[in-house]
Amino acid sequence: MARIIMGIESSCDETGVGLVRLHDDGTVELLADEVASSVEQHARFGGVVPEVASRAHLEAMVPTTSRAFSAAGLSMSDVDAIAVTAGPGLAGALLVGVSAAKAYATALDVPLYGVNHLAGHIAVDTLQHGPLPTPCLALLVSGGHTQLLRVDDIASSFTELGSTVDDAAGEAYDKVARVLGLPYPGGPPIDKAAKNGNPTAIAFPRGMAGPRDAAFDFSFSGLKTAVARWVEGAARRGEEIPVDDVAASFQEAVADVLTAKAVRAAKEQGIDTMVISGGVAANSRLKELAAERCAAAGIELRVPRPRLCTDNGAMIAALGAHVVAAKLPTTPLDFSANPALPVNVVSL
Amino acid sequence: MSDSISTLPRGSVPCSNQAKTLVVGWDTVLVLAIDTSTPAVTAGVVALEGGLVETRGERVTVDPRAHGELITPHALAAAEAAGVTLKDLDAIVAGVGPGPFTGLRAGMATAAALGHALGIPVYPVCSLDALAADVPPGDNAFLVLTDARRREVYWAAYDAAGQRTDGPHVQRPADLETEVKVAAGDGALLYADALGVRPVEPRFPSPAGLVKVARSALLGKEPPAPLTPLYLRRPDAAEPAAPKRVTAP
Ligand SMILES: [Zn+2]
Repeated sequence: MARIIMGIESSCDETGVGLVRLHDDGTVELLADEVASSVEQHARFGGVVPEVASRAHLEAMVPTTSRAFSAAGLSMSDVDAIAVTAGPGLAGALLVGVSAAKAYATALDVPLYGVNHLAGHIAVDTLQHGPLPTPCLALLVSGGHTQLLRVDDIASSFTELGSTVDDAAGEAYDKVARVLGLPYPGGPPIDKAAKNGNPTAIAFPRGMAGPRDAAFDFSFSGLKTAVARWVEGAARRGEEIPVDDVAASFQEAVADVLTAKAVRAAKEQGIDTMVISGGVAANSRLKELAAERCAAAGIELRVPRPRLCTDNGAMIAALGAHVVAAKLPTTPLDFSANPALPVNVVSL
Repeated sequence: MSDSISTLPRGSVPCSNQAKTLVVGWDTVLVLAIDTSTPAVTAGVVALEGGLVETRGERVTVDPRAHGELITPHALAAAEAAGVTLKDLDAIVAGVGPGPFTGLRAGMATAAALGHALGIPVYPVCSLDALAADVPPGDNAFLVLTDARRREVYWAAYDAAGQRTDGPHVQRPADLETEVKVAAGDGALLYADALGVRPVEPRFPSPAGLVKVARSALLGKEPPAPLTPLYLRRPDAAEPAAPKRVTAP
């Protein structure tokens, strides 16, 4: 019999509640995906302020849950299991979702699963594109994460092949946006400016691309500094800053290094399916270049629509559904959120 | 739902049932009381019969890092000890601080979600008032102080009848100007010498104390007030200066 899984997400600045239906054949259907964002409250600080995010989660949790049930046309008593982000993320923010999830699961008398946010970003793709062939390669890129993962089982087996050694890709976008006088978060305005710019105008460095660098790790700190250095130099010479060209050249450097390493990893692992997810997966140049390079390498590329790529409750509900389908154990009610939960721990 | 939210004060936690009044048709009102504003993780099932407040089951663990882990298990265990299930509850009373933010939110998120899922109202009470409600009646005014960390206390002043006359505030003990010489709460124990006060029981809010504060609202069938945390401090956040130069000027 089909089961209804509720997912709760509160690891950063989005309060998300999702509802999915797990069918007997293992497919997972999206029923509701409600998100309350505190991003505007963080804008003037140029980054997420943990206490501001935590306060917003507490205010938004119950109304967002109510909206999800109205949107799905379900009542709370229809829920068969609850999944919640147990980590990684901001400690105070995670605690709000975990506390609410424990209370909902207890009051509704349904099993609770504490699950991994990173794995959720990949599991969400099954809501749009159906069952994920394994093994598959996942490139997870957002304001908080930049990781290359090998997925052998969507419910239980993720292996990190590489990750950023400094800034996340999305963080580099935010910092470069500030240098260029563009608003926070930096992804959308840089993508927009880049459309009018020349991606080969300025040769920005590709981090960690040398022969002696770790093959699948990333670095964006040097790139960010190179952009700032270039902009300061132009300003000192009294030149007008060609914002569109800087944005396009920066974006090209990011997309180039991300896709080159992802495709190389897939080839080396003998994997022919790739998923790109996380907020930065909405970036037009990254998608374009990934499609080009995957096609050339004979790799099937799957990118969830932008709404599913950013943090939301549906991704946690989707992962929860796979964990339920795999008949994995439930999480004890006294578990703690883990801000540094490693990606190989898919559910607690 | 969203219409009712917009009328709530900023910072309050909307409950889907804020507009729902407690239906008191029973002889006994069964209340779950929750507080995580102090190092004590507190849950209890309290029966309210007429004016009488009787604790039927409670679970308390003093551990400032366990609020998120233990508050729901404690609520369940308290109900079990009382011989009831959560579905038997008529209302929830939640301490809304002041208290250290992260721990405070664990209890409030729990109370809000329990109330939402069980379809019962959640009554907010000031956690310092709950402590005051357990101070035995006497002839003197008194203070309630709890540990606000950063060498500060959350405090409020009460008259001999237990009515709050000042506060709640957050301050360094040395800046607290008062003639009152008796104080309850764990903050009184911590700073007894600095304040020149005589500490008295209790140290932490109890389930019965929480329910006593909400008693007239519960019995008067009043709709619950918005569930608004008493943070008393702004978030630590600084607006960034201009981007740092990476090249020498
Ligand atoms: Zn994320």
